[in-house]
Amino acid sequence: MTIQQNTFRSGPDERGHFGIFGGRYVAETLMPLILDLEQAYKDAKADPAFQAEIDNLNTHYTGRPSPLYFAERLTAELGGAKIYFKRDELNHTGSHKINNCLGQILLARRMGKTRIIAETGAGQHGVATATVCARFGLPCVVYMGATDVERQKPNVFRMKLLGAEIVPVTAGAGTLKDAMNEALRDWVTNVADTYYLIGTAAGPHPYPEMVRDFQSVIGTETREQILQAEGRLPDALVAAVGGGSNAIGLFHPFLDDPQVAIYGVEAGGKGLEGEEHCASLNAGKPGVLHGNRTYLLQDDDGQILEGHSISAGLDYPGIGPEHSWLRDTGRVTYVPATDNEAMEAFQLLTRVEGIIPALEPAHALAQVMKLAPTMYKDQIIVMNLCGRGDKDVFTVGKLLGFDL
Amino acid sequence: MSDTRIDRRFAALQAANRPALVTFVTAGDPDLATSQAILDALPAAGADVIELGMPFSDPMAEGMPVQLANQRALAAGQTMDKTLDMVRAFRRHDQDTPIVLMGYYNPIYVRDPAVFVKMAVEAGVDGLIIVDIPPEADDELCLPAMAAGLNFIRLTTPTTDDKRLPAVLANTSGFVYYVSVTGITGATIANRDRVTEAVRRIKRHTSLPVAVGFGVKTAEDAEVIGRDADGVVVGSVLVEAVRTSLGGEGRATDATVEAVASVVRSLAEGVARARG
Repeated sequence: MTIQQNTFRSGPDERGHFGIFGGRYVAETLMPLILDLEQAYKDAKADPAFQAEIDNLNTHYTGRPSPLYFAERLTAELGGAKIYFKRDELNHTGSHKINNCLGQILLARRMGKTRIIAETGAGQHGVATATVCARFGLPCVVYMGATDVERQKPNVFRMKLLGAEIVPVTAGAGTLKDAMNEALRDWVTNVADTYYLIGTAAGPHPYPEMVRDFQSVIGTETREQILQAEGRLPDALVAAVGGGSNAIGLFHPFLDDPQVAIYGVEAGGKGLEGEEHCASLNAGKPGVLHGNRTYLLQDDDGQILEGHSISAGLDYPGIGPEHSWLRDTGRVTYVPATDNEAMEAFQLLTRVEGIIPALEPAHALAQVMKLAPTMYKDQIIVMNLCGRGDKDVFTVGKLLGFDL
Repeated sequence: MSDTRIDRRFAALQAANRPALVTFVTAGDPDLATSQAILDALPAAGADVIELGMPFSDPMAEGMPVQLANQRALAAGQTMDKTLDMVRAFRRHDQDTPIVLMGYYNPIYVRDPAVFVKMAVEAGVDGLIIVDIPPEADDELCLPAMAAGLNFIRLTTPTTDDKRLPAVLANTSGFVYYVSVTGITGATIANRDRVTEAVRRIKRHTSLPVAVGFGVKTAEDAEVIGRDADGVVVGSVLVEAVRTSLGGEGRATDATVEAVASVVRSLAEGVARARG
C-alpha cells in the first residue's frame, strides 16, 4: 500500500488497490489487455494533446461546464440549508455518462481499437456510448439486461437510432450485473479489435481510476462555481451511487476538505430489512466480482444476489471499489433511500423547480430532503443532478396510475 | 518437487505414452445425488483427471452450456460444503484419480482462503483452478494453497505471450491448462495447428504437463489435440449431455448418468488413439 496517510486522493496504488479494495481479478485472457490499457491510459494522461481534445469536446459537444444552480424554491420549501444542483442532466445525452465516454473513446482510438462494447442498466451509459461511437464512426454493441430493455424502452430506441446493436441478456434477473457478465464474455472472445467501454467507476484496474478521472470534471467545476457563488466550499455534498461514477466525480476533488461532509445515497429499494434493495455498502460485505474486490450483495456461500431498485441505473449488487474504501475509512457516509422516497423526491423537484430528474438523482434528492431541514440557513448543500427524467416518465407514470 | 496425485497420474500416463482425458462436470448438476453418481462413474468411463466445477452465480468465462449447469446446480441447492462432501464421498472408493476444483474466487474469498484450503485438503481435493485470480494476486490464494499441498493450476491463453508466460508459470504446479481459444467455454477451435504451436511454445518454458481445453467436443478433437498435448480437457459436451438427458421440470432421469459416461467413453477412445 502506497496510499499516503494525509490524503484521500492518492489512490489507487500501483496494483490498483484502494486499501483492500479494487485490484484486477480477471481471467488470464484479459490480463494482457488490461495491462495494455493501463499503459495506454498512463501515456494519454501524460499527453497534453489528449486532455486538450477532451476539454474541447466537453465544451463544444457536451456543453460543459454544466451550471451550478441555486434551487431557491426548493430551499424555501425544505426550510434549511441552501441547495445547489450541479446540472449534469443538461449535458448532451442527458446525464453525466458522456463525460466518461468521451475520455474512453479517445483512448480507444489512440489504442487503435475498431469496435466498442458496453454494458448498460438504465440505458444512459448505453446512449452515451452509442453517441460517441456515432460521433467517431465506430461500431457499437451494447449489452443490456432483458428486464432493463423492457423498462427503459425510450433509451433502447435512442441507441438503435444512433446505430448501436442492442443485445438483450436473459441470464439471471436480466439486469446490469448480467449485462456486465455478457460484455466480459464478448471482450474475452474479441480481444484483438475490441475496446470495452465500462460505464461506472468499477471493474478491474485501471477502470475505477480512469472513470473517476474523466468524471472528476464534475467536482472540479463545482469547486470553482461554488467559490464564485458563495465564496466558500459547501458544507455537504450529496450524490446517488449505483456503481458510483457520478458520485466519485463530484466527491473526489473535495475528499481532502474535512469541512465538507459527503453523502452517497444507495438504492434502498423496498427497504433494507428484506432482500429487495441495492444497498451494497449498507447491507453487503466485501467480495470479488467483475474484476474488483468491493462490497457486494451476496449470500453466506458467496453467491451474488440480485438487487432491486425502481431505478435501473442503481440496480447493481456491487459498487466501485473506491467507494468501499471511502466507506471503511469513514470519509464518506453512505445512506439508503427507498423507492418510495425517491418517487416523492422526483415529484417534488418537478413541481417546485420545474426540473424532471432521473430516478437515480431522485434518490440523492431524497437524502437532501432529510438533510436540509436539519441544517442552518446559511449552510450549503450541493447535489449532483446527474441525469434527466425523460427516460423514466413511463416507469413513473405506471406507478402513479397514468396510462401513457 | 512435491509428489501429488496429479503428478503421479501424469507421470504414469507419460510412461504409457498416452495423453490424459480431463473431464469437467459441475458439482450438484442437476442435483446432488445424480451429480455424485456422475462423479463416481467418471474414472471407469475413462476419465484420468476430474475437474469438479464449484457453481457460481456469475460465471463470466463460461459459455451457455456451463452457465446453465451452474444455474441448475444452484437451483438444486448446491453449496461449497456439499461440493466438498462430494469429493469426500468419492475418496472413500477412489484414492488415485485426481480431483481439481474449478471455479471463481468469490465463494472461496467469503469463507477465507486459508480456511477453504484446509477444508479442501481434508476432503481429498488435489488442485485448484480459479479463473479470476491472476498471478498478480498469488499471495491471496495460490501461495497458501501450494503451501498446504494443493496444486495450483493456471490457465494460459493465446494472449499470454512469451514475455508474460514466465510470470504465469512461476507458481503453477500439477499441470498447465492451455485455453485453446480467446473466448468462453464451449467455443469452437478454429485452428488446431495454432494449438499445437502454442503447446510447443509453453513446453519451451516449463517441464509441467500441458492440457488443452475450451472447444474440445468430439473424440476426433480429443485424438488430434492429444497428439501434442499431455491432456485433453472436455466440459461443455458433458454438461450438455446432462441437460439433454433431463426429464420433466428439468429433473434427472435414469439415463442421466449413462448419458455422461457414454460421452466420456467415446472421448477416452479418441484420446487412446492419439499416439496410436
